[in-house]
Amino acid sequence: MTEAEARAALVRLVRDEGRRVLATLARVLGDLPLAEDAVQDAAVRALESWPRDGVPVEPRAWLTLTARRRAIDILRREAARAGKEAESVIEPDDPPPAESSATVRDDLLRLVFTCCHPALAVETQVALALRTLCGLSVAEVGAALLVPEATMAKRLTRARQKITKAAIPYTVPADHELPDRLRGVLAVVYLLFTTGYAPTGAPRPDLVDEAVRLTRLLRELMPGEPSVLGLLALELLQDSRRAARHRADGTPVLLADQDRGRWRRDLVEEGVLLVGEGLRRTPDVPDPYVVQAAIAACHALAPTWADTDWAAVVSWYDVLLTVADTPVARLNRAVAVGERDGPAAGLAAVDAVDELSGYPLWHAARAELLARLDRVDEADTAYRAALAIPQDDAQLIHLRRRRARLGGR
Amino acid sequence: MPQYAAIIYSKDVDWTLPEYTTDMKEYNEFGQAAAAVIRGGAALYQTSTATTVRVQGGKGGDVIATDGPYTETKEALTGFYLLECADLDEAIRVAAQIPAAWDGAVEVRPVIDFGG
Repeated sequence: MTEAEARAALVRLVRDEGRRVLATLARVLGDLPLAEDAVQDAAVRALESWPRDGVPVEPRAWLTLTARRRAIDILRREAARAGKEAESVIEPDDPPPAESSATVRDDLLRLVFTCCHPALAVETQVALALRTLCGLSVAEVGAALLVPEATMAKRLTRARQKITKAAIPYTVPADHELPDRLRGVLAVVYLLFTTGYAPTGAPRPDLVDEAVRLTRLLRELMPGEPSVLGLLALELLQDSRRAARHRADGTPVLLADQDRGRWRRDLVEEGVLLVGEGLRRTPDVPDPYVVQAAIAACHALAPTWADTDWAAVVSWYDVLLTVADTPVARLNRAVAVGERDGPAAGLAAVDAVDELSGYPLWHAARAELLARLDRVDEADTAYRAALAIPQDDAQLIHLRRRRARLGGR
Repeated sequence: MPQYAAIIYSKDVDWTLPEYTTDMKEYNEFGQAAAAVIRGGAALYQTSTATTVRVQGGKGGDVIATDGPYTETKEALTGFYLLECADLDEAIRVAAQIPAAWDGAVEVRPVIDFGG
């Protein structure tokens, strides 16, 4: 292991364990921002001392103890400033109770529902989840959400103030409130997933794993909830392609060109079963996650790109548009139409989604279809338009390769 | 326990007029139902009775009193309750029972605790 790899592994360990420590400490203290400060401090100390002294046998216990001591310091300092006795919420040298895995899970869920509280703006919920649940730095959260770091720092500070001053509770909502609250949580968890699965920059499998884990946890809490089944299915079916989605150099491989032998069949099977259960539980009103998972299942079950049941894919997109009409969904439907009915029909369908002209993949889709129609000059122009839009490097390299291939026709 | 001001924005009328008897009855019902958490509050006359006071040039300067409310809005600030609740979720549940929330809006704001 190189020094950089060892460092990265250490950072991952500290983040992963730190998140669990945070979830529990926030419950014990009844103060999420205070717990965050304390865990942040413990994480910094861990990254200083562990490379020197070695990683403790029980990293979580080490982080818990360090964070608790830090929390007490902060409480005492604040109390001294206010001229009051510090209330001893916790004792510094009590051995931290060994939390059962069920308790830790519940604590993580509380953390999820607090970060996704409807009294916070949606963009704030997403930012908090990334910061607090994923342990991303403020800069990384800003980058993930395409917001400047200074703006993101302000937003997170305001969110912390609101959680404390308005006393947003650190609880899992009551049964009758769960469906509403769940919708917001799922949107945040899925964003977490896509941030790891299709990020700007290198994929972050740890985020993907965390999102899937959180989704599984939500499924345990609400086993019959169709949107949870749908989201889990969607994530598993997408994640089944993990090993086939990138070349060694990090550039993406299109679904059409992926080595399907490298797809994880176990995840495909689990995902397909979940789609079936989700569909059975939504006979009247389709659930957007279940329908998107059904589309992913069509791809997962096809032996090759050419053998995909495109009529089914287009039909599922038609269903999806009845419940979640977005330009990107319409673009994907248009691409499927191109496969079902030929490139001319596909091009007409893609051209109809012209509000996406600021989106590189819209131009890329046009370019692919134009190339198949042997309109090479127009295809080249479309690729140039795609390349002119700011995007991450791996995708730029990929688009340049596709464009270069035009010359070979 | 934290306290919250539930600030009421509603139609801008004189609530003492007989035609608002039904509305007042609803407020009385709310007052009884939420008596356990209500710590205070007041209903206000309509904004046409308001006077906005400013002192020009800062403390000790000329007192300028103008007719009308601080801001003209579609729904007017017509009253408030002081609530003491376990957390924001409870405050939101209580605020949703205030009649103004059904056709106007109720703003819930935490009250500063100066530790007295």
